[in-house]
Amino acid sequence: MDMKVSKKLGLKERYTMMTRDLAWDTTFQPMDKVFPQVGYEGIKIHDWDKWEDPFRLTMDAYWKYQAEKERKLYAILDAFNQNNGHLSVTDARYINVLKLFLGSTPPLELMAARGFSMVARQMVGAGPRVACMMQSVDEYRHFQTQIHSISNYNRFYNGLDEFAHQQSRMWYLSDGKSFFDDAITAGPFEFMVAIGFAFEYVLTNILFVPFISGAAYNGDMAAMTVGFSAQSDEARHMTLGLECIKFMLEQDPDNLPIVQRWIDKWTWRGTRKLASVGMMMDYMLPKRIMSFKEAWEIYFEQNGTALFTDLARYGVKVPKCFGQTIEEKEHITHQSWIGFYMKPDACPFHTWIPAPDELDWLSEKYPNTFDKYYRPVLEHFDRQEKAGKRFNNKTQPMNCQVCVSTIKFNEPGDPMEMCFRETVYKGEKFHFCSDHCKEIFENEPEKYVQTFISSHAALQGKCEPEGTDVNAHDYRPGARMHAYWRMDKRATGDFNGSEDQKNFAKWRAQATKN
Amino acid sequence: MTSNAFIAFQKNEETRCIVEAIVDDNPDAVVVDQPAMVKVDVPGRLVIKRATVEEKMGRDFDLQELQLHLITISGHLDESDDEFTLSWEA
Repeated sequence: MDMKVSKKLGLKERYTMMTRDLAWDTTFQPMDKVFPQVGYEGIKIHDWDKWEDPFRLTMDAYWKYQAEKERKLYAILDAFNQNNGHLSVTDARYINVLKLFLGSTPPLELMAARGFSMVARQMVGAGPRVACMMQSVDEYRHFQTQIHSISNYNRFYNGLDEFAHQQSRMWYLSDGKSFFDDAITAGPFEFMVAIGFAFEYVLTNILFVPFISGAAYNGDMAAMTVGFSAQSDEARHMTLGLECIKFMLEQDPDNLPIVQRWIDKWTWRGTRKLASVGMMMDYMLPKRIMSFKEAWEIYFEQNGTALFTDLARYGVKVPKCFGQTIEEKEHITHQSWIGFYMKPDACPFHTWIPAPDELDWLSEKYPNTFDKYYRPVLEHFDRQEKAGKRFNNKTQPMNCQVCVSTIKFNEPGDPMEMCFRETVYKGEKFHFCSDHCKEIFENEPEKYVQTFISSHAALQGKCEPEGTDVNAHDYRPGARMHAYWRMDKRATGDFNGSEDQKNFAKWRAQATKN
Repeated sequence: MTSNAFIAFQKNEETRCIVEAIVDDNPDAVVVDQPAMVKVDVPGRLVIKRATVEEKMGRDFDLQELQLHLITISGHLDESDDEFTLSWEA
């Protein structure tokens, strides 16, 4: 392999010379004028040289390894496409998980690239600046490779082509968008906790490890190679996030309460975002490898406990939401899938009732909740569909002012009751999905009153396709949401009877017979 | 209870050697096979030694080559020319 790094200097010396020694302090302008953002959040830093980058990756080595990753990735992607790989996935329902994953993730990767290039400019020390710059380039790479992966599927299946337009407009894409909008409009240190810690540590482990392993099991080499190649960068990203938290805590004891509040806030925000990822694992992979609950136990409970036990030496406590997430791991994926199933006209991907053996798998994986609360609902919907009365909720959802998830999760301790919270700020009422989101709002109300929620704004006449006269006599707010979303009708509705289902069956038959 | 440090790799010929090296150097290692990937858990501290990997591969190995195959890690990282270590303080 053509990738030997010179042995003339040791790793640590090389890193010192190629990173630290290339930085300098400004003299024409004082440093605090050149780097004002690091002071805005109240975080006190006394010595930036104490920042350690444990990977000690220098720019030259970075380019070399990233280029090798890209060569591997595109070799696999090309082979998959040349081989009609899309027809070798388990069954056509699988394509819908890609519509959700690839339809929502690339714009978030792009936001992460923007955020890290901002933070790379804002941070003072050479260590974090270089690491943030590398992460920014990584995120850009993920954004591009995911879109390349979409393009092959987009030639054959409906609903993948308007993801960029839909990102800011579609009700169910708002939770991810708001996560990144919230992070990028915070200061540099909060951004690092939000993305480097909560997103990378809590979320990408679930999204890119068991879910992508599942994609491999379902015959999707394209998503597998894109996902694993991205995740090979995430190990470095997690290390950066963890390093930032340790650095803040070691620099000054006054940083602890600020960091703790960010950990509480962003762990919860990451958890809420995960509901749909968990649903992809439990409901959308035809061949399942691991339930969301099992993945949550390994990657959040055990791994999170390891992290927080370790951070206890700085006085950090487990996030406030920890107990609630453990209770919710048995519920949220079922509630999410049922939520999407009930809105067949409002998603550019198909939903369905799991087959009987799949329902049995869910019963086995969720012995405490599935048979008691969710299986009867799904079986009821199934009977309705078979009787020609497929459930279809045509109303706009109500979304949480903070996480912008649809309000659908249960009251803690009572799975039969939906959880609603509200608060009044400056005479206006705001609604939340949970106590945690309400608390986040109350800490920063001026920020969250600005949240854009398309399903609410639509009712105010603010989400209309161009040329709509909102003052016309017969104007009905929200009546033209499909045009506003640029929704491909063929991509909506139940999987049964869809064009994708018919095409896949036809093409697979062509691929195996003469 | 000691927390697990862990590392996961894409499954391929190179990582087969790396995992063998980890198992040799970490007597408490537990290897978890999953589709397309392999995860290794070690209570407290997981170390990858360059010399052992080189012996398994039969060629020179730079520990930074691990980056090509990495999926995820858990633990505080310390990397030198000879060792890649993940650990949790008990």
